[in-house]
Amino acid sequence: MLKDITLGQYFPGNSLAHRLDPRTKILLTVVYIVALFCAKSFFSYGVVALLLLTGIKISGVAPRALVRGLKPILFIICFTAILNLFYTPGETLASFWIFRITKEGVLTAFFMVLRITMLIMGTFLLTYTTSPIALTDGLEALLNPLKKIRVPVHELAMIMSIALRMIPTLIEETDKIMSAQRARGADFESGNLFQRAKALVPVLVPLFVSAFRRADELAVAMECRCYHGGEGRTKLHVLRYQTIDCLVFSAYIAVLAGVLALAHFGL
Amino acid sequence: MSDIIKAEKLTFAYPPDEGKEPVQALKEIDLSIKQGSFVVILGHNGSGKSTLAKHMNAVLLPGGGKVRVDGMDTADESLLLEIRRRVGMVFQNPDNQIVANVVEEDVAFGPENLGIPTGEIQRRVSAALKAVGMEAFTLHAPHHLSGGQKQRIAIAGVIAMEPACIVLDESTAMLDPLGRREVLDTVKRLNREKGITIVLITHHMDEAAMADRVVVMDGGRVVMDGAPEEVLVRVEELQAIGLAAPHTVELLHGLRQDGFDVPLDALDIQACAGAIARALKTVEARD
Repeated sequence: MLKDITLGQYFPGNSLAHRLDPRTKILLTVVYIVALFCAKSFFSYGVVALLLLTGIKISGVAPRALVRGLKPILFIICFTAILNLFYTPGETLASFWIFRITKEGVLTAFFMVLRITMLIMGTFLLTYTTSPIALTDGLEALLNPLKKIRVPVHELAMIMSIALRMIPTLIEETDKIMSAQRARGADFESGNLFQRAKALVPVLVPLFVSAFRRADELAVAMECRCYHGGEGRTKLHVLRYQTIDCLVFSAYIAVLAGVLALAHFGL
Repeated sequence: MSDIIKAEKLTFAYPPDEGKEPVQALKEIDLSIKQGSFVVILGHNGSGKSTLAKHMNAVLLPGGGKVRVDGMDTADESLLLEIRRRVGMVFQNPDNQIVANVVEEDVAFGPENLGIPTGEIQRRVSAALKAVGMEAFTLHAPHHLSGGQKQRIAIAGVIAMEPACIVLDESTAMLDPLGRREVLDTVKRLNREKGITIVLITHHMDEAAMADRVVVMDGGRVVMDGAPEEVLVRVEELQAIGLAAPHTVELLHGLRQDGFDVPLDALDIQACAGAIARALKTVEARD
């Protein structure tokens, strides 16, 4: 049951989107988000949507997987849409009792839904085409300048990659503890939310104890393999920008600069 | 040949629990391990064998006496990295020593820490994976591997640092028989082909039979030390400290008590069968 959980889902592949340097992809995603929030008109939304669609096409990720990713936030999308629909002042289209739907409301709600959907899809595209390790490496490389102001960039990246490494181990362990408790009559499935949450306490306590023990052993094992922080550390795979990174990045920026300029003139 | 590890009058006590006497885990141990040898350290739980192992690459520092690795004092903090590079350690639980979520990244962890250039790391990683027979799993996720495979990855991670010695601290204890065999075959081959010193801490008697030298510990002291044929035949002494002799030796010991004239030092099944066959022939000839 717990094995179904996948975090930072990654679909291995060999498309152009997969081969791009993780740093390029992270930067592109950031720029994409900025553009998305600057877009104000049908036209600028159209351009950003076109970029997203091209990205999806290139990555070869099944659009169904992207749509599935939207499910958990369906509630938020609906909620935002309804709020915008009813609470935007402007030219009234229809009204009943205290509710009033305005023309501006319909537009804002539409754009809002579009914005959130495209935001989620765009970021999913990043995690779907970038392995967690590449993502961590990319983030570490991009945040490297922050070391100057004493942000522990290497340590954060190491924490992230160890966390990713430990997730399957701990999920397996949780499964084992739950089975052991079930064998002795524990009930995790019935009762209301409160009762079910309470039933999880006897699972969490041993899980925490074992996680700490594991952390301790892992720390010793890392020391034995000469780990002494990020100082003087080299890498198995060094990130290198390829020509393709430059090309994609320039094309992308050119298109988005156009959008921003248009947005500025109110188009 | 020179000594890779040398302990002189090594004593150690763990910090005591509140209001209790400290327990001496190691009492004046003198032990030297020759470069290129295959040493098994035996002992039941609490005999001090794991504590001794942790002194071999400065995870623990001596309370008294000295430990030298390739002539370097483990108490000298400036030599720490060099000591740990020479003596690699493989632990009991494979899940708690794998750092990365791709096999090749994990094997590269040690060399990365040592600051070795990228090209050289790549060469070492593929050489190390080949040495443990795991080259087909380079890009796999470690949590999908079996226990024996994970331990071989851990061993590859150590080999990639090009150590002179590998200490395996009960690394086979959590494995099924097949996994144990994989790991033991791997270390035997590394010892024979690459001349890497192996120190294997275990409580499995049959693993002791394949060593050049067996060291038996009890109560923080070395109580027996010698070739497997000398040590493993001391059935009563081993029993007295909670260890059982290998099955073949036990069988021959039993036959001997029943009046058969058999040697005790048959450590594998072939030798044991031969010894029994010879004994039967003499009995037949006498009759």
